[in-house]
Amino acid sequence: MFSYYLELALRSLKRSPGLTALMVLAIGFGVAASMTSWSVFRAVSGDPIPWKSSKLFVPQIDAWGPSGRSDKDDGEPSDAMNYTDATTLMREHRAKLQSALYQIAPSVVPAQAGRHPMNVSGHAVYGEFFPMVDAPFKYGSGWSANDDAQRAAVAVISAKLNEKLFGDTNSVGKSLNIEGKDYRIVGVLDKWNPQPRYYDVVNSGGFSEGVEDVFVPFQRAIDVGIPNDGNTNCNETPKESGFVGLQHSSCVWIAFMAELDDSSAVSTYRDYLTAYARDQQKAGRFGWAPNIRLRDVPAFLEHEHVVPSDTKVSLLVAVGLLLVCLVNTIGLLLAKFLRRSGEIGVRRALGAPRNAIYAQFLTEAGVVGLAGGVLGLLLTGAGVASVGFVLPKSISDLARLDVSLLVITLLVAVVATMLAGLYPTFRASRVQPAWQLKSN
Amino acid sequence: MQIRPIIAALRRHKAGTVLIALQIALTLAIVCNALFMIRQRAAKLSEPVGIDTRDLFVVKNEWVGQPHDIDALMRADIAALRQLPQVVDAYATDSEPLGGNGWDSGILHSADQRRETSHAAQYFDDDHTIGVLGLHLIAGRNFRSDEVVPLDPQSPTEPPVTIITRALALRMFPDGHALGKTIYFGPGTKPSTVIGILDHLHTPYTIASSDSFSDQSALMPLRLLANHSDYVVRAKPGQLSDAMKAARNSLFALNNARVIDPETGVIDYGTLRATAYARDRGMVELMASICVVLLAVTAAGIVGLTSFWVGQRRRQIGVRRALGAKQSDILTYFLTENFLISIAGVVLGTVFALALNLWMVASYAQDHLPLIFVCIGAVILLLLGQGAVLAPALRASRVPPVVATRSV
Repeated sequence: MFSYYLELALRSLKRSPGLTALMVLAIGFGVAASMTSWSVFRAVSGDPIPWKSSKLFVPQIDAWGPSGRSDKDDGEPSDAMNYTDATTLMREHRAKLQSALYQIAPSVVPAQAGRHPMNVSGHAVYGEFFPMVDAPFKYGSGWSANDDAQRAAVAVISAKLNEKLFGDTNSVGKSLNIEGKDYRIVGVLDKWNPQPRYYDVVNSGGFSEGVEDVFVPFQRAIDVGIPNDGNTNCNETPKESGFVGLQHSSCVWIAFMAELDDSSAVSTYRDYLTAYARDQQKAGRFGWAPNIRLRDVPAFLEHEHVVPSDTKVSLLVAVGLLLVCLVNTIGLLLAKFLRRSGEIGVRRALGAPRNAIYAQFLTEAGVVGLAGGVLGLLLTGAGVASVGFVLPKSISDLARLDVSLLVITLLVAVVATMLAGLYPTFRASRVQPAWQLKSN
Repeated sequence: MQIRPIIAALRRHKAGTVLIALQIALTLAIVCNALFMIRQRAAKLSEPVGIDTRDLFVVKNEWVGQPHDIDALMRADIAALRQLPQVVDAYATDSEPLGGNGWDSGILHSADQRRETSHAAQYFDDDHTIGVLGLHLIAGRNFRSDEVVPLDPQSPTEPPVTIITRALALRMFPDGHALGKTIYFGPGTKPSTVIGILDHLHTPYTIASSDSFSDQSALMPLRLLANHSDYVVRAKPGQLSDAMKAARNSLFALNNARVIDPETGVIDYGTLRATAYARDRGMVELMASICVVLLAVTAAGIVGLTSFWVGQRRRQIGVRRALGAKQSDILTYFLTENFLISIAGVVLGTVFALALNLWMVASYAQDHLPLIFVCIGAVILLLLGQGAVLAPALRASRVPPVVATRSV
């Protein structure tokens, strides 16, 4: 029976090519616009480390007090830390794994003669950072707590930098000149570029174009004075000058992440942060009551508004477009179906039940939906390829055309069109056979 | 024209009528919000930058290691750039208008003030900056070369003299007399005397959160001794690309221990400006294309449904014609019918549009939609409806009276 309905549907669609083309175009454009926006939205609102994000926490401590903030942030502590608080938290080490980190952009001098120095980006981190974020290693590993304590000149580099400098060979143990000083390479990361860049949202704004090329021990970077390449926010001017002055100041510029495996660990850590802030208050460093936050990664990304509002607005407008296209399709299908009242009357009079009418016309709607879906696929492909014109490269690069997007596009087109076909089909099934027969 | 028979007829086509009205309403809601967004972004794209971007380019330089004599190195670089035959002039800074990164600070009336009076971008400059960028000094004087001093990156910015934009001057001194007054670049700093007022100078930022102070900038005669610095260079007219090549070569010839990115290290100002506004331009294009698609879909829907109605009513039209109605009467009938449906759609759409806007104001920090955009959208949709209905209506008016006599 289905193939018969399919044939009927195709014959009916062929009879009015203009109307059919109109419906297919409308559905194609509507679906493509919403799927393209969805692909971007999906990319930017994704969880960068789904298996672990609920165990990774970002502590925030209010080191400025009520007078250091503007009015609009309603008591929210700053989203980065100053040097004093970050290093104290590291020293007291109350979480399972934890790392203070700051963004660096050192220059690297290739060993080969005649090659220009190059600029790389990366982070100064503690050795625990790598197991905490499950960073995958191609060769070697991260460094030890002992290396951190010794302020060892060791480095972890990206696969990309490794390829550029050592031609994709195992470079562990080799030496790398960073900012004019030699570092021993202890590990080479495999392909790893989590987006959003959840461990340092404050500096990346969530998304970064480049891969992180180099990681060096935090205290080593501080010792040799590799400056902070990320944002620095101050509530007052540092009293001393230079990078050391920044470390002694209340300016915030350090990101912090801690791994806490269960809810009791979380509440213990929260109590610890409160106690720490209270101690600071007693010691006279903070002139205000403890004001701390402890958010896990998804909550912190939400708090930092990582998903750009342009992306949300585009999705909203695109969904609106799809909605209008569907209302349009309802109207056109209604016209198309009711125009064939005579034919329906004859079928009904010859004994076809209402269900048969339903099946016939929903099949027709489905065919229109499928055709719209195929057109939508082509347009979505074009759309995803051209989001780069609308959104910054760091975000548009994340939007990809994959199998799941293709399947969803087709599915949305067919299901939406069949839903749109429901009311016209209902009207068609209500056609009174007697009336139609009489007037013919 | 009698409206009552039209309404009576529409009652017999409730579903179609409601669908067209609903489609017009949804389209209006989206189109007028999109138009408003386009207007806002377009205003941003045409805001004054204050500089002459022709023949201007930027060299982004970074020293390898942390040399102790950055001041001498920077001065040598600038001297080399100024001597190039293709170059008019150059200066060193850490950020430039529309460059994306830079320094900004609250601006105060006194050093012990807690809350900032206004906010401004801070540019590190020298006495050549106004000439290189092509800024318009509308009052006061330029810096003297003896006023330009080096500054350690972590030290407070407290130049004895500063040149500020008119927009910043008016925010700080609404009475219009900023020249000779003092301002403070942060709590606890020394005062800076305003010695000049610029017509315009855009901040380095084009992101939405910085829109509130986009034309509030201050020049400071300070040479920032950072590991990374930008050299802004004005080439001789027509020699931009030659000057860009020559600049890179001469800097490397002078000193090899530096990084100038092979792709993005030397960038002309046209590209820099296009990159800065790419996002806003992209939103304008996206919203505009969505509006066009929406209006096309809605027009096509009206054509489709009205054609169906015309087909359905051929006999009635024939009867009317046989009873003496003119072609123009039939035409007016369909135009009026569409007008009535469109009016209903526009009224509903206005409610949708305002609701959608209120929701976006609450969720996405959008601005309130001025009613003029709803009016523009409504006029567009009414005209669109009349235009779309014209072809089927003309076809209807050509139905010959003889149809009435057939097949009845």
